[in-house]
Amino acid sequence: MTSFATFLAMGGYGGYVWPAYGLTLLAFAGMLVWTMATLKARRREEQGLSAAGRSRRGRREAK
Amino acid sequence: MTTARIPLLHRYANPAAFGRLAAQILPWTAGASAILLGLGLYFGLFASPPDYQQGESVRIMYVHVPAAIMSEVVYGLMAAAAAAGIIWKHALADLFVKAAAPLGAAFTFICLAAGSLWGKPMWGAWWVWDARLTSELVLFFLYLGYLALVDAFDDPQRGLKAGAILVLVGVVDLPIIKFSVDWWNTLHQPASLMTLSGPKVDPSMLLPLMLMIGGFTTFFITVVLMRLESELLARRIRAWRTAAGDE
Repeated sequence: MTSFATFLAMGGYGGYVWPAYGLTLLAFAGMLVWTMATLKARRREEQGLSAAGRSRRGRREAK
Repeated sequence: MTTARIPLLHRYANPAAFGRLAAQILPWTAGASAILLGLGLYFGLFASPPDYQQGESVRIMYVHVPAAIMSEVVYGLMAAAAAAGIIWKHALADLFVKAAAPLGAAFTFICLAAGSLWGKPMWGAWWVWDARLTSELVLFFLYLGYLALVDAFDDPQRGLKAGAILVLVGVVDLPIIKFSVDWWNTLHQPASLMTLSGPKVDPSMLLPLMLMIGGFTTFFITVVLMRLESELLARRIRAWRTAAGDE
Protein backbone atom coordinates (compact mmCIF):
# COMPACT_ATOMS: atom_id res chain seq x y z
CA MET A 1 0.00 0.00 0.00
CA THR A 2 1.32 3.43 -0.86
CA SER A 3 1.72 5.95 1.91
CA PHE A 4 -1.15 8.00 0.45
CA ALA A 5 -3.44 4.98 0.53
CA THR A 6 -2.36 4.35 4.12
CA PHE A 7 -3.22 7.95 4.94
CA LEU A 8 -6.64 7.64 3.31
CA ALA A 9 -7.35 4.39 5.13
CA MET A 10 -6.87 6.10 8.53
CA GLY A 11 -6.08 2.79 10.20
CA GLY A 12 -9.41 1.39 9.07
CA TYR A 13 -11.38 4.43 10.28
CA GLY A 14 -11.29 6.29 6.93
CA GLY A 15 -15.01 5.68 6.46
CA TYR A 16 -15.69 7.68 9.62
CA VAL A 17 -12.89 10.27 9.67
CA TRP A 18 -13.32 11.57 6.10
CA PRO A 19 -17.11 11.99 6.20
CA ALA A 20 -16.68 13.94 9.47
CA TYR A 21 -14.18 16.31 7.81
CA GLY A 22 -16.22 16.41 4.58
CA LEU A 23 -19.42 17.45 6.36
CA THR A 24 -17.48 20.10 8.31
CA LEU A 25 -16.03 21.49 5.09
CA LEU A 26 -19.46 21.49 3.46
CA ALA A 27 -21.03 23.32 6.39
CA PHE A 28 -18.23 25.94 6.43
CA ALA A 29 -18.42 26.48 2.65
CA GLY A 30 -22.21 26.72 2.89
CA MET A 31 -22.10 29.37 5.63
CA LEU A 32 -19.51 31.42 3.77
CA VAL A 33 -21.01 31.26 0.26
CA TRP A 34 -24.60 31.88 1.40
CA THR A 35 -23.57 34.80 3.62
CA MET A 36 -21.40 36.47 0.96
CA ALA A 37 -24.06 36.07 -1.75
CA THR A 38 -26.77 37.57 0.48
CA LEU A 39 -24.54 40.47 1.51
CA LYS A 40 -23.64 41.26 -2.10
CA ALA A 41 -27.28 41.17 -3.26
CA ARG A 42 -28.46 43.38 -0.38
CA ARG A 43 -25.67 45.93 -0.91
CA ARG A 44 -26.74 46.25 -4.54
CA GLU A 45 -30.45 46.50 -3.69
CA GLU A 46 -29.85 49.10 -0.97
CA GLN A 47 -27.75 51.21 -3.34
CA GLY A 48 -30.54 51.18 -5.94
CA LEU A 49 -33.23 52.06 -3.43
CA SER A 50 -31.22 54.84 -1.78
CA ALA A 51 -30.49 56.39 -5.19
CA ALA A 52 -34.21 56.24 -6.04
CA GLY A 53 -35.04 57.70 -2.62
CA ARG A 54 -32.67 60.62 -3.10
CA SER A 55 -34.05 61.45 -6.54
CA ARG A 56 -37.66 61.33 -5.21
CA ARG A 57 -36.71 63.73 -2.45
CA GLY A 58 -34.94 65.95 -5.02
CA ARG A 59 -38.09 66.12 -7.20
CA ARG A 60 -40.26 66.93 -4.21
CA GLU A 61 -38.00 69.78 -3.14
CA ALA A 62 -37.84 71.15 -6.71
CA LYS A 63 -41.65 71.51 -6.85
CA MET B 1 -29.39 53.44 30.24
CA THR B 2 -30.67 54.32 26.80
CA THR B 3 -29.07 53.91 23.41
CA ALA B 4 -28.46 57.66 23.33
CA ARG B 5 -25.87 57.08 26.02
CA ILE B 6 -24.03 54.53 23.93
CA PRO B 7 -23.22 56.74 20.93
CA LEU B 8 -20.58 54.36 19.65
CA LEU B 9 -23.04 51.48 19.35
CA HIS B 10 -25.69 53.77 17.95
CA ARG B 11 -23.46 54.95 15.14
CA TYR B 12 -22.80 51.37 14.02
CA ALA B 13 -26.52 50.64 13.59
CA ASN B 14 -26.04 52.51 10.31
CA PRO B 15 -25.17 49.88 7.68
CA ALA B 16 -22.60 52.09 5.92
CA ALA B 17 -20.74 52.89 9.15
CA PHE B 18 -20.92 49.25 10.22
CA GLY B 19 -19.71 48.14 6.80
CA ARG B 20 -16.65 50.39 7.08
CA LEU B 21 -15.87 49.03 10.55
CA ALA B 22 -16.38 45.43 9.36
CA ALA B 23 -14.14 46.03 6.34
CA GLN B 24 -11.30 46.96 8.70
CA ILE B 25 -11.75 43.90 10.94
CA LEU B 26 -12.62 41.25 8.33
CA PRO B 27 -9.24 40.82 6.58
CA TRP B 28 -7.60 40.09 9.95
CA THR B 29 -10.16 37.60 11.23
CA ALA B 30 -10.49 35.91 7.81
CA GLY B 31 -6.71 35.65 7.47
CA ALA B 32 -6.29 34.35 11.01
CA SER B 33 -9.05 31.80 10.41
CA ALA B 34 -7.46 30.51 7.19
CA ILE B 35 -4.03 30.17 8.85
CA LEU B 36 -5.37 28.55 12.03
CA LEU B 37 -7.60 26.11 10.14
CA GLY B 38 -4.76 25.27 7.73
CA LEU B 39 -2.32 24.56 10.57
CA GLY B 40 -5.03 22.78 12.54
CA LEU B 41 -5.77 20.45 9.62
CA TYR B 42 -2.05 19.80 9.08
CA PHE B 43 -1.41 18.91 12.71
CA GLY B 44 -4.77 17.20 13.13
CA LEU B 45 -4.52 14.94 10.09
CA PHE B 46 -0.76 14.46 9.61
CA ALA B 47 1.48 15.65 12.41
CA SER B 48 -0.24 14.20 15.48
CA PRO B 49 -0.17 10.63 16.74
CA PRO B 50 -3.09 8.19 16.74
CA ASP B 51 -4.70 7.57 20.13
CA TYR B 52 -3.46 4.50 22.03
CA GLN B 53 -7.06 3.31 22.49
CA GLN B 54 -9.02 4.90 19.64
CA GLY B 55 -6.40 4.77 16.88
CA GLU B 56 -6.85 7.17 13.96
CA SER B 57 -10.54 7.71 14.75
CA VAL B 58 -9.41 10.24 17.37
CA ARG B 59 -8.85 12.73 14.53
CA ILE B 60 -12.61 13.28 14.45
CA MET B 61 -12.08 15.07 17.77
CA TYR B 62 -10.44 18.01 15.96
CA VAL B 63 -13.72 18.95 14.28
CA HIS B 64 -16.17 17.53 16.84
CA VAL B 65 -14.85 19.35 19.93
CA PRO B 66 -14.40 22.84 18.36
CA ALA B 67 -17.90 22.55 16.85
CA ALA B 68 -19.31 21.51 20.23
CA ILE B 69 -17.62 24.46 21.96
CA MET B 70 -18.87 26.89 19.29
CA SER B 71 -22.41 25.50 19.51
CA GLU B 72 -22.49 26.56 23.17
CA VAL B 73 -20.44 29.78 22.92
CA VAL B 74 -22.55 31.10 20.03
CA TYR B 75 -25.76 30.34 21.92
CA GLY B 76 -24.34 32.04 25.03
CA LEU B 77 -23.49 35.14 22.97
CA MET B 78 -26.96 35.11 21.42
CA ALA B 79 -28.54 34.92 24.88
CA ALA B 80 -26.41 37.85 26.11
CA ALA B 81 -27.34 39.87 23.01
CA ALA B 82 -31.03 38.92 23.39
CA ALA B 83 -30.95 40.22 26.98
CA ALA B 84 -29.14 43.40 25.87
CA GLY B 85 -31.73 43.88 23.12
CA ILE B 86 -34.60 43.63 25.59
CA ILE B 87 -32.96 45.91 28.21
CA TRP B 88 -31.39 48.60 25.99
CA LYS B 89 -33.55 48.14 22.88
CA HIS B 90 -30.57 48.44 20.59
CA ALA B 91 -31.10 47.22 17.03
CA LEU B 92 -27.59 45.78 16.73
CA ALA B 93 -28.17 43.43 19.69
CA ASP B 94 -31.40 41.99 18.24
CA LEU B 95 -29.86 41.67 14.79
CA PHE B 96 -26.76 39.96 16.20
CA VAL B 97 -29.01 37.20 17.56
CA LYS B 98 -30.52 36.71 14.12
CA ALA B 99 -27.15 36.91 12.35
CA ALA B 100 -25.51 34.35 14.64
CA ALA B 101 -28.34 31.78 14.78
CA PRO B 102 -27.73 29.94 11.48
CA LEU B 103 -24.02 29.74 12.30
CA GLY B 104 -24.75 28.27 15.73
CA ALA B 105 -27.10 25.77 14.10
CA ALA B 106 -24.38 24.78 11.62
CA PHE B 107 -21.81 24.26 14.41
CA THR B 108 -24.33 22.16 16.33
CA PHE B 109 -24.97 20.10 13.20
CA ILE B 110 -21.21 19.52 12.74
CA CYS B 111 -20.90 18.54 16.40
CA LEU B 112 -23.75 16.02 16.17
CA ALA B 113 -22.76 14.59 12.77
CA ALA B 114 -19.04 14.23 13.60
CA GLY B 115 -19.97 12.85 17.02
CA SER B 116 -22.19 10.27 15.41
CA LEU B 117 -19.39 9.28 13.02
CA TRP B 118 -17.08 8.92 16.01
CA GLY B 119 -19.63 7.07 18.13
CA LYS B 120 -20.28 4.31 15.59
CA PRO B 121 -16.73 2.83 15.60
CA MET B 122 -16.06 3.56 19.30
CA TRP B 123 -19.38 2.77 20.98
CA GLY B 124 -20.94 0.62 18.28
CA ALA B 125 -23.87 3.01 17.85
CA TRP B 126 -24.54 6.09 15.69
CA TRP B 127 -26.74 7.48 18.41
CA VAL B 128 -27.62 6.82 22.04
CA TRP B 129 -30.15 8.73 24.16
CA ASP B 130 -27.51 9.74 26.64
CA ALA B 131 -27.82 13.01 28.57
CA ARG B 132 -24.97 14.77 26.72
CA LEU B 133 -26.19 13.81 23.25
CA THR B 134 -29.82 14.52 24.03
CA SER B 135 -29.16 17.97 25.53
CA GLU B 136 -27.00 18.86 22.48
CA LEU B 137 -29.85 17.73 20.20
CA VAL B 138 -32.18 19.99 22.21
CA LEU B 139 -29.75 22.85 21.49
CA PHE B 140 -30.01 22.09 17.77
CA PHE B 141 -33.82 22.28 18.00
CA LEU B 142 -33.56 25.57 19.93
CA TYR B 143 -31.56 27.03 17.03
CA LEU B 144 -34.05 25.70 14.46
CA GLY B 145 -36.98 26.93 16.57
CA TYR B 146 -35.45 30.41 16.74
CA LEU B 147 -34.88 30.47 12.96
CA ALA B 148 -38.50 29.46 12.31
CA LEU B 149 -39.90 31.93 14.85
CA VAL B 150 -37.88 35.00 13.85
CA ASP B 151 -39.33 35.00 10.33
CA ALA B 152 -42.85 33.97 11.32
CA PHE B 153 -44.20 37.51 11.83
CA ASP B 154 -45.21 40.17 9.31
CA ASP B 155 -43.51 42.74 11.54
CA PRO B 156 -39.80 41.80 11.66
CA GLN B 157 -39.46 43.64 14.99
CA ARG B 158 -41.98 41.30 16.61
CA GLY B 159 -40.13 38.29 15.20
CA LEU B 160 -36.87 39.52 16.74
CA LYS B 161 -38.54 40.07 20.09
CA ALA B 162 -40.26 36.66 20.15
CA GLY B 163 -36.99 35.04 19.08
CA ALA B 164 -35.06 36.83 21.84
CA ILE B 165 -37.46 35.45 24.44
CA LEU B 166 -37.10 31.92 23.06
CA VAL B 167 -33.30 32.22 23.17
CA LEU B 168 -33.42 33.41 26.79
CA VAL B 169 -35.74 30.60 27.88
CA GLY B 170 -33.55 28.04 26.10
CA VAL B 171 -30.41 29.19 27.88
CA VAL B 172 -31.13 26.65 30.66
CA ASP B 173 -29.94 24.00 28.21
CA LEU B 174 -26.35 25.31 28.30
CA PRO B 175 -25.46 24.25 31.88
CA ILE B 176 -27.32 20.99 31.29
CA ILE B 177 -25.07 20.23 28.29
CA LYS B 178 -21.93 21.29 30.17
CA PHE B 179 -22.61 19.31 33.36
CA SER B 180 -24.57 16.40 31.83
CA VAL B 181 -21.43 14.26 31.90
CA ASP B 182 -21.01 14.89 35.66
CA TRP B 183 -24.66 14.73 36.69
CA TRP B 184 -25.57 11.56 34.86
CA ASN B 185 -23.83 8.34 34.01
CA THR B 186 -23.28 9.01 30.32
CA LEU B 187 -21.67 7.01 27.55
CA HIS B 188 -20.11 10.29 26.43
CA GLN B 189 -16.76 10.88 28.09
CA PRO B 190 -16.43 13.59 30.77
CA ALA B 191 -14.69 16.92 30.20
CA SER B 192 -11.01 16.69 29.34
CA LEU B 193 -10.25 20.28 28.29
CA MET B 194 -12.05 22.56 30.72
CA THR B 195 -11.36 20.83 34.00
CA LEU B 196 -10.35 22.40 37.30
CA SER B 197 -6.90 20.83 37.06
CA GLY B 198 -6.36 22.02 33.46
CA PRO B 199 -6.54 20.11 30.17
CA LYS B 200 -6.03 16.35 30.36
CA VAL B 201 -5.15 16.02 26.68
CA ASP B 202 -1.61 15.21 25.57
CA PRO B 203 0.23 18.29 24.12
CA SER B 204 0.57 16.57 20.72
CA MET B 205 -3.24 16.46 20.48
CA LEU B 206 -3.86 19.67 22.39
CA LEU B 207 -2.01 21.71 19.73
CA PRO B 208 -4.24 20.77 16.73
CA LEU B 209 -7.29 21.02 18.97
CA MET B 210 -6.42 24.57 20.06
CA LEU B 211 -5.58 25.59 16.48
CA MET B 212 -8.95 24.31 15.28
CA ILE B 213 -10.81 26.01 18.15
CA GLY B 214 -9.07 29.28 17.17
CA GLY B 215 -9.88 28.67 13.50
CA PHE B 216 -13.57 28.00 14.23
CA THR B 217 -13.79 31.10 16.46
CA THR B 218 -12.22 33.49 13.94
CA PHE B 219 -14.35 31.95 11.17
CA PHE B 220 -17.45 32.68 13.24
CA ILE B 221 -16.37 36.31 13.84
CA THR B 222 -15.70 36.79 10.11
CA VAL B 223 -19.03 35.38 8.94
CA VAL B 224 -21.16 36.90 11.71
CA LEU B 225 -19.81 40.39 10.88
CA MET B 226 -20.86 39.94 7.26
CA ARG B 227 -24.26 38.62 8.34
CA LEU B 228 -24.74 41.54 10.71
CA GLU B 229 -24.05 44.02 7.92
CA SER B 230 -26.46 42.06 5.77
CA GLU B 231 -29.21 42.30 8.42
CA LEU B 232 -28.63 46.06 8.81
CA LEU B 233 -28.96 46.41 5.03
CA ALA B 234 -32.19 44.39 5.03
CA ARG B 235 -33.60 46.76 7.65
CA ARG B 236 -32.57 49.75 5.57
CA ILE B 237 -34.09 48.20 2.43
CA ARG B 238 -37.43 47.76 4.24
CA ALA B 239 -37.29 51.39 5.37
CA TRP B 240 -36.69 52.62 1.79
CA ARG B 241 -39.56 50.46 0.51
CA THR B 242 -41.91 51.81 3.18
CA ALA B 243 -40.88 55.37 2.33
CA ALA B 244 -41.49 54.75 -1.39
CA GLY B 245 -44.86 53.12 -0.68
CA ASP B 246 -46.06 56.08 1.41
CA GLU B 247 -45.94 58.50 -1.49
